[in-house]
Amino acid sequence: MTDTLLQASSLHTYYGVSHILHGVDFSARKGETVGLMGRNGMGKTTLLKTMLGLVRPREGQVRVRGEDMTQAATHAIARRGIAYVPEGRGIFPNLSVRENLVMAARAGVDGHREWDFDRVIDTFPRLGERLSNGGAQLSGGEQQMLTIGRALMTNPDLLILDEATEGLAPLIAREIWSIIKTIRASGIATVIVDKNYAAVMALADRSVVLVKGRVAFAGASSELSENQELMHRFLGV
Amino acid sequence: MDFAFFLIQLLNGLQYGLLLFLVASGLTLVFGIMGIINLAHGSFYMVGAYLAWSLSSLTGSLAAAILLAIPLTVILGMALERLLFRHLYQRDHLYQVLLTYGLILVFEELRSIIWGDDVHGVVVPALLNASIPLTDNLSYPVYRLAISGVCLLLAAGLYFLIQKTRLGMMIRAGASNRDMVQSLGIDIKLIYTLVFALGIALAAFAGMINAPLSSVFPNMGSQVLIICFVVVVIGGIGSVKGAMAASLMIGLGETFGQVLMPDFAGMIVYVLMAIVLVWRPEGLFGRA
Ligand SMILES: Nc1ncnc2c1ncn2[C@@H]1O[C@H](COP(=O)(O)OP(=O)(O)O)[C@@H](O)[C@H]1O
Ligand SMILES: [Mg+2]
Repeated sequence: MTDTLLQASSLHTYYGVSHILHGVDFSARKGETVGLMGRNGMGKTTLLKTMLGLVRPREGQVRVRGEDMTQAATHAIARRGIAYVPEGRGIFPNLSVRENLVMAARAGVDGHREWDFDRVIDTFPRLGERLSNGGAQLSGGEQQMLTIGRALMTNPDLLILDEATEGLAPLIAREIWSIIKTIRASGIATVIVDKNYAAVMALADRSVVLVKGRVAFAGASSELSENQELMHRFLGV
Repeated sequence: MDFAFFLIQLLNGLQYGLLLFLVASGLTLVFGIMGIINLAHGSFYMVGAYLAWSLSSLTGSLAAAILLAIPLTVILGMALERLLFRHLYQRDHLYQVLLTYGLILVFEELRSIIWGDDVHGVVVPALLNASIPLTDNLSYPVYRLAISGVCLLLAAGLYFLIQKTRLGMMIRAGASNRDMVQSLGIDIKLIYTLVFALGIALAAFAGMINAPLSSVFPNMGSQVLIICFVVVVIGGIGSVKGAMAASLMIGLGETFGQVLMPDFAGMIVYVLMAIVLVWRPEGLFGRA
């Protein structure tokens, strides 16, 4: 139980009258990689936002490190070691690259500080060349690196990546994947949402598939990837 | 117009402009970062002036009065943000205008109950009550120079805070993406409270230091408020740099206007605003 960083149980989330999540269970343990898959509009982003307190569930519970944080403020949830790379990136375009990173710097839970400005720049040398550029002047791939780098500045134990390679050229996407692998290897747990299901399943210890706001599959990634029928039924591939 | 006379007008214009900046910078920050139109901003200028007057009569010293009044206005600003303004962020501007207009009336009523409706003077502190002679019959009051100096220091401090500190980065980030700031573990509500209180305290402080020059009177906030909105519009909404440029422009324009074209002085500010808006509708430093 103490091993579980993030746990959602029976989440029901609405946008106005539309019922989006229908009793979703989800969890991520220390050091593990979880793939979250599903076609467009199935509720993946809504699930992530609900767990982060950006959207409130009408029913159900969100626990962070075993503590009920269903109604907690987003910043309080993040401060318990969770970092978020949102869909569409979310860099601050009115801040320079350096400022985007520096403003987020903080020690992790229990004060560990493996990640700092220098290590992020070592990991993303391209950002190092653009430190005084405004966030808006970066290419899509650089913006994504900045968002990931900024998330690492908070020294998280769990990194949530929502469509991190979306809209990127294949070469840049490959670079992002290799960075995700490095992060995973450093012991940070990750939740990965991505259209590239093969890449997700190759990395993820477990996979969860959402269909219309319900968990259609949850189990070992290999169990899913080896089952053509499930892949076709849930993901259309 | 000889040189000494010109110099006096120049210094007066700068001093007036810098004072305007103190009030307008808070207005533009709150507008640019939280998206709040605060019509009651001028009331805090008035509150500052009345606090300076009543506390300096009590303590016998303007400096002591100001030292006491600053924490009071910060607390007032934080309390109002928590109780009232916080609920306006996501609302339409119409609600903001209605509530903050109502707040002006509340402040005027409270002022009338607490302090009465008379006009009061505040004495210049003895230490600064001197003049620097410029010619045989012209001199310049040290107190005005002191005000300009203090305003310049505060402006530099504000610039440093917003451009160079991590808190400033968080404040600017909050203006662009509130959810993302929170997702990084930063308490955006606390930051909003601080920014709001800072804006209020700056306006009130301007009222305090200007009290010996302007005297203290009912409705003194409304005049300032209108000019400050002109400053915000000319400078560009949310731009502190723009507020500085526009404040100086208006301070100098109005001061020299009163000397050179006294009949039209009241119009000059609005003519300036019209010209700038035709030329740059988003203001001097506004985001297009
Ligand atoms: N802010 C919103 N308001 C109303 N409906 C929304 C909003 N965001 C998403 N939705 C709807 O919720 C459903 C799930 O969306 P989302 O969680 O973004 O799916 P996914 O991330 O799996 O593509 C979709 O039908 C989408 O149209
Ligand atoms: Mg999504």
